[in-house]
Amino acid sequence: MDLASIEAEPTEVRDGVDRETVETVQAMAGKYKYGWETEIEMEFAPKGVNEDIVRLISEKNGEPEWMLEWRLAAFRRWVQMSEPHWAMLNYPKIDYQDQYYYAKPKSMAEKPKSLDDVDPKLLATYAKLGIPLKEQMLLAGVEGADGADAPRKVAVDAVFDSVSLGTTFKDELRKAGVIFCSISEAVRDHPDLVRKYLGSVVPQSDNYFATLNSAVFSDGSFVYIPEGVRCPMELSTYFRINAENTGQFERTLIVADKGSYVSYLEGCTAPKRDTHQLHAAVVELVILEDAEVKYSTVQNWYPGDEEGRGGIYNFVTKRADCRGDRAKVMWTQVETGSAITWKYPSCILRGDDSQGEFYSIAIANNAQQADTGTKMVHLGKRTKSRIVSKGISAGRAQNTYRGLVSMHPKAKDSRNYTQCDSLLIGGNCGAHTVPYIEVKNNSSRVEHEATTSKVDDDQLFYCRSRGMSEEEAVALVVNGFCKEVLQALPMEFAMEAQALVAISLEGSVG
Amino acid sequence: MIGQAKPDGYTPAPNLPQSGAWLRGLREAALVRFQAMGLPQRRDEYWRYTDPTRLTVAQAATVSGAGAGAGAGGVVSAAFDAAQALQLVFTDGVFDGAASSPDLALDGVEIDHLAEACAHDLHWARDIYGQLETNGQTPVARPLAAWNTAMAAQGVLIRVRAAVLRPIQIVYQGTDMQADLILHHCIRLEEGAQLTLLETGCSGARSNHVLEVDLGDRAQFHHLRLQGEDAVAARVTHIFAQLGCDSHMRSFTLSADGALIRNEAVIEMLGADASAHIAGAALGKGRVHHDDTIFVTHGAPNCESRQVFKKVLRDGAVGVFQGKILVRPVAQKTDGYQISQALLLDDDAQFLAKPELEIYADDVKCSHGSTTGALDETALFYLRSRGVGLVQAQALLVLAFLAEVLEEIEDRDLAALVQTQLEMWLDRQQTL
Repeated sequence: MDLASIEAEPTEVRDGVDRETVETVQAMAGKYKYGWETEIEMEFAPKGVNEDIVRLISEKNGEPEWMLEWRLAAFRRWVQMSEPHWAMLNYPKIDYQDQYYYAKPKSMAEKPKSLDDVDPKLLATYAKLGIPLKEQMLLAGVEGADGADAPRKVAVDAVFDSVSLGTTFKDELRKAGVIFCSISEAVRDHPDLVRKYLGSVVPQSDNYFATLNSAVFSDGSFVYIPEGVRCPMELSTYFRINAENTGQFERTLIVADKGSYVSYLEGCTAPKRDTHQLHAAVVELVILEDAEVKYSTVQNWYPGDEEGRGGIYNFVTKRADCRGDRAKVMWTQVETGSAITWKYPSCILRGDDSQGEFYSIAIANNAQQADTGTKMVHLGKRTKSRIVSKGISAGRAQNTYRGLVSMHPKAKDSRNYTQCDSLLIGGNCGAHTVPYIEVKNNSSRVEHEATTSKVDDDQLFYCRSRGMSEEEAVALVVNGFCKEVLQALPMEFAMEAQALVAISLEGSVG
Repeated sequence: MIGQAKPDGYTPAPNLPQSGAWLRGLREAALVRFQAMGLPQRRDEYWRYTDPTRLTVAQAATVSGAGAGAGAGGVVSAAFDAAQALQLVFTDGVFDGAASSPDLALDGVEIDHLAEACAHDLHWARDIYGQLETNGQTPVARPLAAWNTAMAAQGVLIRVRAAVLRPIQIVYQGTDMQADLILHHCIRLEEGAQLTLLETGCSGARSNHVLEVDLGDRAQFHHLRLQGEDAVAARVTHIFAQLGCDSHMRSFTLSADGALIRNEAVIEMLGADASAHIAGAALGKGRVHHDDTIFVTHGAPNCESRQVFKKVLRDGAVGVFQGKILVRPVAQKTDGYQISQALLLDDDAQFLAKPELEIYADDVKCSHGSTTGALDETALFYLRSRGVGLVQAQALLVLAFLAEVLEEIEDRDLAALVQTQLEMWLDRQQTL
C-alpha cells in the first residue's frame, strides 16, 4: 500500500471493541502485517554511543542540567559493565557502536503544538496501525450510545522512533488531575516528580540494558495519577520503530499516588528488515498506598523471517514497586514478536498486604527466542502474588520461563501461587522452565507448578472432524491453553491478542 | 585455587596416587579437567544457594564433639542390620577387611578394591572410572568430582553379572576427626543383572564421594543411602549413572542433620524404555545445610524419570533443591516428573529451590511442582482436639508428609527400616 492511499483514507476510529481492528487483524495472512515502513525524512544523530551522543540526546530534549548529569553517570557506569549472558538465548554479538541512538522525523524539528500540526504521514502511519490519534472522532463515537454502554476511551501517547508525537485527551485528563505526557515533557514540566521517582524502582546500576537505557533514553511516557483519582480512561503508549539501524530506548514512569487507579496499555511494532534492531526499554511503576496499576502489553515487534534474519532484539526491564500498604499491581503481557525477548516484569511487594500478579503468554515461532518471566519479591507482611505463564514454542524456537519468588524473613503470612505451562508444536523447538524459589519464613506458603506437553492429538482430531483446518484447530487449542491470561487483558487487547496468537503460529503445522 | 601444601588439600600440582596403566591416564585427564574448571564458587549458578567454602578450603576444619558417623543426632549405621547385607567397611576412609564381612564372595559378583586394582595394568573399570564423571561435566561443571577422580585412592569396584538378592552395604566409620576423605566407587551391572547397594554412615572432617554406575540393558539397580551425624563436617557426594535399554534405577537418600551435605546426582538415560527414580528425605535441625542437586537427562525415547524430594527443617536449617529434567530431541514419549517440598517447622528455617525443565522434544509429558509451608494448622488442631499432644501431633504430620518419599523405596522391608530411622529422629527432637 502506498502512503498516498493511506492518507486519503479517513482516520478510522476504534470504539470500545473496535470491529475494524479485529477485522484487520483477522484479515491478515500469516505474514507479519506491520512490516511496512513509513518513508519520511529523518534526522539522525551520528552512529554509535558516547558521551557526546548522550549530551546530544539530552540537548535535543531540552533537558535541565541534572538530567544530563544523571544520564552521564549512567553512561560512565555502562562502559564499565559487561553484557549478561545467563539467559538461554543465542544471538550474535551486538555491536553497540553500529547503530543510531537518536532518530527523529525532520518534520518534528519544531515540536507540534497539537496533534493537528503533526506531519500527516506520521498520522497516517498510526492510522494504518489502527491507533486512533484523533480525539474528536473518538468522542463523536460516544454520541448515540448511552452512558453505560459508552465505548471506553483510550488516551494514546504515540512514540515514533526516538520521539513522542503527541498525546491525546490531555485536556480531559488534566481536568481529572492526571498527568499523561511524554517523559521529555515531564522532565521539563514536572521536574520535581520525575526527579523524585525516576530510577527509584530500576536504579541506574540495575543491569546492563537498563543502564544503557538510563544513558540514552530518548522518550517514553510519564503518568501521574493523583491521590484518590480513578483515571477516567485507559492510557496507552504505542511504540513504533521505523528508521533503519536505530535502537529504541524508551522510558516509562508511572506513579500511582495513594488510592488511585490506572490501566495502562502498551503496544509495539516495527518494519521488516534484514538486520537486527535493538530495543532496550525501562518501565518503572511506583504504587503507593491502596493504589492499583494494571499494565498490559501486546508486544509485536518484527520477529524476523523464517530463517531468523532480522527482527528486534528486545531487552526490557520492567518493575513495579508496591511502596504502600495494600498497593496492587497486575502485569499482563502477550509476547508474540521480537527475534530475542529478554524481559522479566517484576513486583517488589514492599507494603503490607500488597499484591502482585503476572499473566503472560509468550509465543515463539520460527527462529524466535524468548527468555521471559517475572520476579515476585515479598518484603511486606501478608503480601500475595500470583503467576500464570503460558509459553508456546513452534518451529525452531526456544521459549524459556525464568522466574523468582522470594519470601523474605519479614514477609510473614505471605502467599504465592505459580503456574507455568509450556506447549510444544513440532519436534524442533524447545520449552524450558527455570524458576527460583526462596522461602525464608515458615508462615508463608509457596506453590509452584509447571507442565510441558504438546498439542493434544485428540483435541486436534476432534476439531478437524468438525471441519476445521489444521491451522484453525491449532489456533483454537492454543487459545484455549492461553485463556486464563487472555481473560486478564482489557477487552480490546484480548481480541487483538487472540488473533495475534493465531497469526504468530501460522505455518507452524503441516 | 589454594596453594597450601598439604597432601590432601587442593594444590595446583598434587601428587597423584600411584596407579597402573589403566588408571594413570584417567587421573591425569581428571586433573586437567579440574584445573580447567577451578574450584566451585558462590557465584557459580549451581552454587548460589550453597556456600562451597567449607568444601574448598585447603584444609578441612577439625571435627570435634561426639564421634563422627554415629552420633546421637545422626542416623546409625546399624539401621540396615536386619537386611543381612554383605558389608564392606571403610574405617577412616580406608578399606577395613577385619570389620567387613568375613567372606566377600557372592555369586555373580566381582568385588575389587581401588587400592589394589590401581596397581594392575588393565581393569574392567577403565570404561567407567572417571568416564561417567567426564560425561556428567557438561553442561554444568562439577569440579569436586573431577578432583575426586584424580585423587581417590580408596573405593570399591563392583561388577555384577546376575540377579543378586543379598544387598551389598558400604559402611563408613571412623574416629579420625581431621581426616579429609576421598572415595570413589564404580559399579557395573551387566545385562539383566540386579543389585541393591546400601550406604550408611559418615566419617572424617570432610568427605568427597563419587559413585559411578553403569547399567546394562534390563539391569536393575537399587540404591539406598543413609547419611547423618552430629559432627560439623562437610560432605559432598556425586552419583553419575548411565542407563541402558529397559534398565531401572532407584536411588533414595536420607540425610539427617550434619553441617553441610551436598548430594549431586547426574543421571543419563541412554537406552530406550529406561526408568530412573531419584528420591530423598532430609531432616534438619539447627545449623544444617542440605543440598540436593539433581540432573536427569532423557537421551532416548520412552524413558521415565521421577525426582521426589522432601525436607523437614527447623531451627535455622537450610534446605536446597536444584533439580533439572533435560529432554533431548530424540527422547520422544518422555515421562518426567519432579516434586520438591519443604516443611518449615519454625520461622528460622529456609528452603531454596530451583526446579528446572529443559525440553527439546515435543511428544513429552513433563511436570514439576514445588511447595513450601508450615504444618497445616487445621490438621494440627484436629489431632490436638482428639487428645494427641502437640509434639506427637507434629511428629505424626511430619511422618505423613514424608510418607510419599518413602513410597519411592521399592523394597518394603528396607523402607520400613528407613521409616524407623525417621521416627527415631523425630523422637529425639522431643527430648532435645
